[in-house]
Order: sequence, then C-alpha cells, then structure tokens
Amino acid sequence: MRRFIEQHTFWSIVILLFAVILLWLIFAVWPQWLIEILGRKKTFVNTLLNGLTLGGLYFLVASGFTLIFGLMRNVNLAHGSMYLLGAYIGYEVADTTGSWFLGLAIAFVVVALSGMLMQTLVFRRMEGDDIRQTLVTIAISIIVADLMLAIWTGATYQFTPPDWLFGAAQLPVVSTIRSSGDAVYIKYPIYRLAVFFVAVAVGAALWLFLNRTKVGMMIRAGVNDRDMLSASGVNVQLVFVLVFGIGAGLAGFAGVVGGTALSISPGEDVRYLLASLIVVIVGGLGSVPGAAIGALLIGLAEQFGLAYFPTYGVVVTFLIMVIVLAVRPQGLMGGSWSRQ
Amino acid sequence: MREQRWFSNSWSDSGIHPGVIVVAVFLIAYPWFTSDFFTFQIGAYSLILATIALSLMMLAGYGGMISLAQLTAAGLAGYTVAILGENSVGVMGLGWPWWLTVIIAISFAAVFSSFVGAISVRTEGIYTIMITLAIAVAFFFFVRQNYVIFNGFTGFAGVEPPTLFGIYWRNPTPFYYLTLVIAALSMAAVFYISRSTFGLSLQAIRDNPRRMRSLGFNVPFHRIFAYFLSGIIAGTAGVLLVWFNGRISPGSIGVDVVIDILVIAVVGGLRHPIGPFLGAIAFVLLENFAIDLIDRERFNTVIGLAFLLIVLFSPDGMLGLWHRLRNKFRTARENRLAMNGVNKIDPHSQESFDNP
Repeated sequence: MRRFIEQHTFWSIVILLFAVILLWLIFAVWPQWLIEILGRKKTFVNTLLNGLTLGGLYFLVASGFTLIFGLMRNVNLAHGSMYLLGAYIGYEVADTTGSWFLGLAIAFVVVALSGMLMQTLVFRRMEGDDIRQTLVTIAISIIVADLMLAIWTGATYQFTPPDWLFGAAQLPVVSTIRSSGDAVYIKYPIYRLAVFFVAVAVGAALWLFLNRTKVGMMIRAGVNDRDMLSASGVNVQLVFVLVFGIGAGLAGFAGVVGGTALSISPGEDVRYLLASLIVVIVGGLGSVPGAAIGALLIGLAEQFGLAYFPTYGVVVTFLIMVIVLAVRPQGLMGGSWSRQ
Repeated sequence: MREQRWFSNSWSDSGIHPGVIVVAVFLIAYPWFTSDFFTFQIGAYSLILATIALSLMMLAGYGGMISLAQLTAAGLAGYTVAILGENSVGVMGLGWPWWLTVIIAISFAAVFSSFVGAISVRTEGIYTIMITLAIAVAFFFFVRQNYVIFNGFTGFAGVEPPTLFGIYWRNPTPFYYLTLVIAALSMAAVFYISRSTFGLSLQAIRDNPRRMRSLGFNVPFHRIFAYFLSGIIAGTAGVLLVWFNGRISPGSIGVDVVIDILVIAVVGGLRHPIGPFLGAIAFVLLENFAIDLIDRERFNTVIGLAFLLIVLFSPDGMLGLWHRLRNKFRTARENRLAMNGVNKIDPHSQESFDNP
C-alpha cells in the first residue's frame, strides 16, 4: 500500500479524490442542481448497491472459473451450466427439506463432485490439448442445458431465503429531506447485502486458503510451473481434481445464492457464462484478485448502464472489455499472480 | 508459373478429382428430382449454414483462430438488410434499394469481423474462443435490449429478397441455385486464398507466429485481413439467411446457434473447405429427421453427444474419420496386392513360409 503510494503518487491522489466524491455522493443530501444532472439520489444509491451485489455474485461465479483456468489452462465453458445446475439442485433440496442452508451445502457438494468427475473422466484424457478441452466443455454445456430443460422445464423458479435474511434494512443514508423536516432513509433488501458480504467472505477465505495453507501453496506453485511441482513429489492430478472440485462447487454455491437474489430459469447459464468470461478477461485469467476487481467493475457497469442508458447497457460492459484488451491484453491483474 | 503447372499436369494431378464433377452434377440437378421441401428446407438451408461455417473453417483451419463471432457477423448483415431495406414490423425499414442494402450489409459484416479480429488478434487459442464468445453473447444481449434500432426481443419480420429478372427469388428452386452459386463461389474463394501468398503466410503464422514475425511478416495484419475476408463470406451468407427465414430476431443469433455453427465446422472437419458442407448436411438432416428417431425436444442432447463423440474420438471431424477409414482400407489393399505380387514373382515364397 505504502509502496504503491510512493510509486504512483499521482494515481493515489486521483483514487483518493474519487473515493471522497463517492462518499460525498452517498452520504450528503443532494442539492437541486445535482438531482437535475443525475436524477434522484435514491436511484443512484440503489444502483450503486445493486452493482456491488451483482459484482459480489459475479465474483462467486468467476473465481471458480479463474481458479480452474489458472491451474489447468482449461477454459471451462460449462461453468454457466454448473451455476444453473447448482441453482436447480439447491432449489429441489430446499423445497423438499425446507432448509435453505442445506440446499446451499448440497448444491456445493453435488456440483463439486460433478466437476471432479469431469476432470477425472474427461479432461485427464486430453491434458495439454487446450482447444479440445474447451470444445468438450462446450459439448457438455449443450447436453447439460438440454437435460436441465427436460427436467425442470422452462419455468422460472424463485427461492425463499431464511426469514431473518428476508425484508429490507434501513441504511444510514438520507435520500431526501421532506418539507416537514423529516429525513427519508434509503431501504435496501437485507438478502442482497448478505450476498455482498458472503462474496467478501468467500474471497477472503480463498485468499487465506491459497496463501496460508500447504495445499494453497501447492496450487500456486502449480500455476507457476506444473511440471516442477510434479517433479517435487506432489500428486498433481490430485491437486487438479481438488481445484476443479472447488471451482465447480463455487459455481453451484453461487447458483443458490444468485438464484435467491434474482431467479432461476433456462438462459441464466449463458448470462453467468458471459459474466465470468468478461470478468476474467478484464481481471486477468487465472488471477483471483483480478476476478474480484473485474467482477466489481462489470457489476457496477452493468447496473449503471441499465439504470442510466437502458437500451445501451450492454455496450458499457463490452466497452470496458475492449478497452482493457487494447491497453492490457493480459487483463488488469493478469500475470501478477506469480509475482505476489 | 501458375499456368505452366496448370497445363503441364494431367487432370488428376491438378487436383480435380472425378468425384468433384459427380458432386457438382448432382448438386445442379438436385432440385429437378426432389420436392420443394428438400430443395429449400434441406438443400438451401444446409448450403447457407455451410457457408457461415466455411468462414469459421477458413479462420480456424488456415489461421488457427476459432472465432465464435462468425454467426454474429452474419447476423449483423441480416439485421442491416432488415433495417435498411424493407420489413413488415414498422420499426426502421428505410426502404433502400436491395443492391445498396446488400453491399452495405456485407461490408458491415466484414468491418465487424475485422473489428473482432483486431480485438482478439493479440491473443491465441482458447483466449480467442473466449473473447469471440463474449462478443457474440454481448451482441445477442445488446440487440435484445435495444428497441430503437434492432427492435429488441421481437426483431424484424417480412424481409424479402428482391424480384429480379421476373423471378421471385424466394421460390425454392431459384433460391436454391442462388445459395449454391454463393456457396460455390465462397468455397472457390477459400481454396484460392489458401493457395495464395497471403494464405500460405497465414498458415505459416498459424504454425509458428514467432518465426513469421522475425521473418518480417506483419502477423496482426495477416490475421485481421483473414477476419476481414471471412467476414465477407459470413456476411453474404447472413444476407441469404435473413432472406431464407424472412425474419431475424435475437434468437437467430443466440448462443445456441453460435454453438451450432461451431459444431457444424468441427464435426465436418476444420482441415478442408469441404468439411463445413458435410457437417451442415449432417446437421440439417439430423435436425429435420431426428423427430423420427427420438423426441424432437431432445434434439440438442443428440447434437451435443455427436459433438462430444467427434471431439473425443476424431478431432479432425468426419473428414478425419473418412481419411482414417480410407487409409486403413488402402493399407489393407496394398498389403494384399503386395502379397499377391510376391506370390507372382516367387510362387514358392508363400509355401516356404508355411513349411519351413
């Protein structure tokens, strides 16, 4: 942090300035001229929070994607299908047992197991042949999407989160002052706030796992040099299976979390696949911190695009991707994982 | 030099296989002995899909770049025709003359494709797949969201080919011949490109970009130009596709269709321009007649399984399968011939082996 400020004094000042303006935008009562430019403050704060939550959700999906890529150079295009599979399984379990948390746990475990199965049965057979592996994941995603459509039909499902996560919380943010002098506070669904905190917690757990445990050390070593890790006596295949399990499981986990915040229907798999793709392209393939930055950026861009220019919302996301590719083809944090 | 080779070699050496002539005669005679359904829904549709897949084959086979945005380029051309030409929806439909619309549509597709190339040119292999897939999906969401220009979810309907020389070109037989001519021209163009200096350097870049760069070739330019050429082919096919369907909507450029094009190209074979045509015929036949074999609803499972099996067991697609079978057959025959030959020269050799 301190080194960053010393090295990039100018950018530090810019970032600090942005942070101050953002804080002021959030907490101050907006004067009339600002409302004329940006619209109501409630829209702005809600969009910001929606963007943060969506970014959190995207991080949950994309971190698994990037983890798998980082170690195995395997672009798992069936990742979106795993998200949707997790959502459906979680829904079924929660519906029969009545426990949302059991649904979450079982979705994680089942999708993780299916990922491990894929790794042992399919990808191990064609190690080193990236393009073929990717084509296989496409084939799997076609089949899985069609089978899910057969089982769960085209209907839209909606989870109910546990009672204590239901409802809205009053935030200590004033939206307007009524003429009577009462302050109107902004309300926001508790569940969505929880999504964001879960994403932060998962991110922190991943960081601890990768940086503070022995297995995490092996994974990082594998990212840098697979052959050397194997030569030093580690069973690389076991590490691969483990990482594939965690990555896929995270997608299933995100399926339940995201399915509760939004809804579950066919086509969501493509949406989250696109999100994961853009997040990791922007953040840098194989980098977990990159996925966090990319997810926040894309989540915010998508929500602000949707709120302020509805028919061109996707263009904002797309432009971010194009600009990043033009300036830094390896992504914002690409290649920096090894230097940590 | 070229002419010399052309004339000094016999027919079989110059690459025109008698099979090609048989196939050409069959394709030209095809509408005479089949019903309108087979001419239009099977024949013309296969040729259009094959032409789009051909543009992918050109990039993947010669350039080593698997672009999933080829259908998107075709879709952009189709949308342009609907927007600038006439449609029955009442949104846009500027009513420009058909030739201008078609030219603009194809050049849009070519420019779009070059743009895709420019974005993904610095990356290779799976990165190209990822980026082009992201572009294709983003374009799908964009046209679905945008009601001002692309009429959102409903898209456009009532897009008609022009009536020219007194022929209504959407009638099965004329339309079939139109697609056949375009497909044949595209294939000839791909053949020509693959043997041209440009095509050879492109293939060399596919095999070793670093060496080509140090030899002084402009690698990004070659790649982007390949995207540009394939965009022209895809755009032309896209115009045909919108004329064929008479309508275009986000569903026509959705991810499943994008993947279908990839499946067609890979299942057919990416090594030779004939591959996409084989793949497209197999795909369209399966799509239309799978209903008799299995539940129509589960068509995608069948396609996915076919794709999976091909990728797992024959990475070169149907062409690779065919070559392998032929080689096996040929070696078997050669062995037999060789054995016979041995017997003729030395009739006792066989016996001496049997009775030492």
